[in-house]
Amino acid sequence: MGDVLVLLGFGADGWGWALVSGAGLTLAVALAAMAIGTVLGAGLTAAQASRWRWLARSAAIYGLILRGVPELLVVLLLYFGAPGLLAGIAGLFGLPAPGSPPAFLTGSLAIGLVSAAYQAEVFRGGLLAMPRGQVEAAIAAGMGPFTRFRRVIAPQVLHRVLPPLGNIWQFNLKDSALVSITGLAELMRVSLVAAGSTRRPFLFFAAAMVLYLVLTSASSVLLRRLERRGTRWAGGR
Amino acid sequence: MNDEPAFLASTALAILRALPVTVLLSIAGALGASLVAGVLVVAQTTRLFRPLARLWIFVFRGTPLLLQIFMVYYGIAALSPVRHGPLWPLFRDPLFCAWLALTCCCSAYIAEVLRAALAAIPTGQIEAALASGMGQMTRARRIIVPQMLRLALPSYGNELVMLIKSTSLASTITVLDVTGVAELVIAHSYRTLDVFCMAAAVYLGLTTALTALLRRIERGLEGGTQR
Repeated sequence: MGDVLVLLGFGADGWGWALVSGAGLTLAVALAAMAIGTVLGAGLTAAQASRWRWLARSAAIYGLILRGVPELLVVLLLYFGAPGLLAGIAGLFGLPAPGSPPAFLTGSLAIGLVSAAYQAEVFRGGLLAMPRGQVEAAIAAGMGPFTRFRRVIAPQVLHRVLPPLGNIWQFNLKDSALVSITGLAELMRVSLVAAGSTRRPFLFFAAAMVLYLVLTSASSVLLRRLERRGTRWAGGR
Repeated sequence: MNDEPAFLASTALAILRALPVTVLLSIAGALGASLVAGVLVVAQTTRLFRPLARLWIFVFRGTPLLLQIFMVYYGIAALSPVRHGPLWPLFRDPLFCAWLALTCCCSAYIAEVLRAALAAIPTGQIEAALASGMGQMTRARRIIVPQMLRLALPSYGNELVMLIKSTSLASTITVLDVTGVAELVIAHSYRTLDVFCMAAAVYLGLTTALTALLRRIERGLEGGTQR
């Protein structure tokens, strides 16, 4: 039992710090992916509502593909494909190939691209639930697009999209484990390395599970609190 | 690039040959997960097993499937009672380990879907069944389960789509499914984009077919309620 404490501890032979900083990196990947997904997802929602048929159609097809293909394939495709793609782009400008981009970037971009497809669905659902007349009234009242979003759309849509966005966040958190195949030292990767070098796979995978559970349950507590505030903010009617 | 069509054809053939592994793992995983989910839902209605079922759902929904697969294949298999016990032939097989992890993980998600459906059945229905003297089994068979299935079907379908996509993680423990074969071809040919797109097309075909099938079933069930 003593050696377990040493192995998981924060001493010279312990993997404690490595695991905790791995959990930090997992959180960072998930946050970056969520941000990429929100921006791109909002863009996709806007594109799907667009007047131009081809734009709406392509946004819908993007969603269909990214939601129908395993996340692992997207991560692998970006990981293996990015150096070639970058070299191709650099070649267009007559520059030498820049090599592989940082694993953090490709990893969070891959998870973010998938996240965007799901977030776009959530935003679309939120918008559909809002009566059309509201937007028309805001336009009639002379509000610009920014004011319209801030004062009419956001208060009505945000509290409705918060719970499903929370679900997507939890999926991002777990999907970030897939980034371990790119060699990024996030929680999954650290536990693999530790399991390999100490030959105690059960111990380290169990430790990683506990840390993932801490991350997911802490975020579900936070999300629930945020949701409650969101309903209060939207309520009062 | 004269060998282009030949390369694409042989890659497509290799990937299609791996399709049965992915399909088999999906079907076996769906059956196993649905069965365990049913048990979890029933267990949650009893006071004795409720905490156990909640713990199961908490753990398997709160951790990544990849970690669960590694836990089964490397972690549990390294424990000496497993390694030197009668279960070793099973845990030695990566396909079994992938199936076991997939079953446990997806059962937790499906159990939540079923629980939500169960909660959505109007209590009046169950009271009416009680009032008309139905026993526990009749009530479950004629009132609760049929309504639960119809309510749960859309979300259940989503979980099955997730399950099909999740089978690709089996490739990380050397199972040669569609993703595993695609990675193998890439390791030999150093060509990524076309090979991955082919694999992606296979998964897209599977998930689209399942979605279409489920929509048809849904529509059929809707027709049943209008009468």
